[in-house]
Amino acid sequence: MTTLFIDAVALWAPTLPGWDTARAAFRGAGVPADPPLRRPAPELLPPAERRRAPDTVALALEVASNAVAQSGHTAADLASVFTSAHGDLGITDYMCRTLVDAPTAVSPTRFHNSVHNAASGYWTMATGCMQASSAVSAFTHSFAAGLLEACTQCVADERAVLLVGYDIEASGALACTTASQGLLGLALVLAPARGARSVAALAWSLASGPSAPVPLRTAAAQSLAGNAMADGLPLFEALALEWREPFLMPLSATLSLELRVSDPWA
Amino acid sequence: MPSRIAPVHVRAYTATCALGVGKAALLAGVTEHRSGLRPNTFGRHALATWVGQVDGLDVPLPGPLGHWDCRNNRLAWRGLQADGFLDAAQAARHRFGAARVAVVMGTSTSSIGATEDAYAQLDAAGRFPADMRHPEVHTPHSIGAFVQDALGLEGPCLTVSTACSSSAKVFAVAERLLRLGLVDAAVVGGVDTLCGSVLFGFNALQLVSPEPCRPFDAHRNGINLGEAAGFALLERANSASGALLLLGHGESSDAHHMSSPHPEGLGAERALDDALARAGIDANAIDCINLHGTASAKNDEVEAALVARRFPATTHASSTKGFVGHTLGAAGIVEAAFSLLAIETGLMPGTVNTAVLDPLCGPQIRLRPARGDVRRVLSNSFGFGGTNCVLVFGRGDAAASGRAAP
Repeated sequence: MTTLFIDAVALWAPTLPGWDTARAAFRGAGVPADPPLRRPAPELLPPAERRRAPDTVALALEVASNAVAQSGHTAADLASVFTSAHGDLGITDYMCRTLVDAPTAVSPTRFHNSVHNAASGYWTMATGCMQASSAVSAFTHSFAAGLLEACTQCVADERAVLLVGYDIEASGALACTTASQGLLGLALVLAPARGARSVAALAWSLASGPSAPVPLRTAAAQSLAGNAMADGLPLFEALALEWREPFLMPLSATLSLELRVSDPWA
Repeated sequence: MPSRIAPVHVRAYTATCALGVGKAALLAGVTEHRSGLRPNTFGRHALATWVGQVDGLDVPLPGPLGHWDCRNNRLAWRGLQADGFLDAAQAARHRFGAARVAVVMGTSTSSIGATEDAYAQLDAAGRFPADMRHPEVHTPHSIGAFVQDALGLEGPCLTVSTACSSSAKVFAVAERLLRLGLVDAAVVGGVDTLCGSVLFGFNALQLVSPEPCRPFDAHRNGINLGEAAGFALLERANSASGALLLLGHGESSDAHHMSSPHPEGLGAERALDDALARAGIDANAIDCINLHGTASAKNDEVEAALVARRFPATTHASSTKGFVGHTLGAAGIVEAAFSLLAIETGLMPGTVNTAVLDPLCGPQIRLRPARGDVRRVLSNSFGFGGTNCVLVFGRGDAAASGRAAP
């Protein structure tokens, strides 16, 4: 197994709007937000842009900026991988509805925000980051696939990488086939070497053979399981619960990431 | 600057686009200097423009692949049949085992055409028709998962969707997987098909030309959309002399604007520098450039300036968008195929449709095809969101020469 270091962790969901709250909830403490928040308001964006940003962009930038703020790294120096199973389902619904009867009425802004790398684009613009940034997708294994890509970049190029996973709720007619509930944003800053802010060591390797996701252990994590980014939750539970046993995170029906979280200072 | 990487062997490649199916059709188009564009008749509301359309996509996918059926996956399936690519992928599967072969596909809109079709046929309850409720089709990873299923592969599988750099970035993803020994081979590629979203989306941005597109022309007035499928099979290189190689890749971000390039091309230049550094060469060693060259006012202005300031006058640079249109998420792989074909044949494409070069262009940008000893080719792919990817391809015997001074 190869070992990397996690220099920051972030999570945002309407009921658990931040890693401190989520970590406490996963550990059986803390109080979920009531009523749940509608969406995050990332301070990284100026107020007008913050209001106009698509839900996916607001969500991704919230967890990305929270993770980087804790990590001790400078945003402009970080490579980034943005992963989402479905991208902005609200914009997809809007585009498809509009194209049926009034295709020439398509909004140019909504169109350029419809690209899967919109969050990556807004992140690099907001932070002045000219490093490589990617946007990937792998259906029900999107967090795992993004994590593999981020780990690979981190090791191959010996550089710190920001990983951001996010999905939102399916809306409109698309909801009859696409399953995703609520909002869930996850982020990690991965580094090739231990730093002063490292919160965990992460050992990883590929494991082939029939895969099955680790059942979520806590009611708080189970409450987020309907979101299309939920395949990442076992890692966030492991980080919160300081769970040290190796576990599998499926990349497909026949391939997994084998992961083990440990104390970076041990 | 990144360190030099070990070259990656491009064991097989293919592309299917408006010029036809496979490499022979590409080569015929380049040789005859003939555009594959045609007046648009695509869709229920046909936008007045020209497109690079692929014929013969009316046949549904065969039996066990039927649940993947949509225009984008049909084009992928058609593309996989060309140039013996299916056999090459199967051979890699036998050689290394299914779990040791990755699939990394690029796309901009994947199967969204199928989602658009479903919205046009909603039932009384506002739901998709029952036979169109395939969740695995109405999602960006449709293309990656379909190709993996069609090839019977079981290694890591990922869809990269960074607009028009998507299927250039797949080479970088695969190179890293190979370098770290996580896989022994990778099928990379890109597929995008004509659909309402991109035709009317680019139209809304006033970027679509009603005429055949004219990259780098002084009177260019916008892009033509195209569709294409392309694939390459990558493995770690041994010493095979004459083998086609991926020598380098560079990725960067503009950090400037969602739908307009950095005015000084700083993001693109950064990707160029990284690609050259990974290849261990300098710009003088590049014989030929496949430009992004979309025929949009701004892209071509910025890219022409970059080429003029960084490359010698002897470098042959051209845009192939006039042959096939802008195939968006498939542009990277189609242009990789044009680049590899130039190395194999010595024939460097011209810039079809363009009559009068913009005075911004340096002597590098050529309208006519030319023959030469093509040892190293650079391919540019830039996209919305300010994403940039530059690739360098070469020949086995070219990898060792042309190094930058230490």
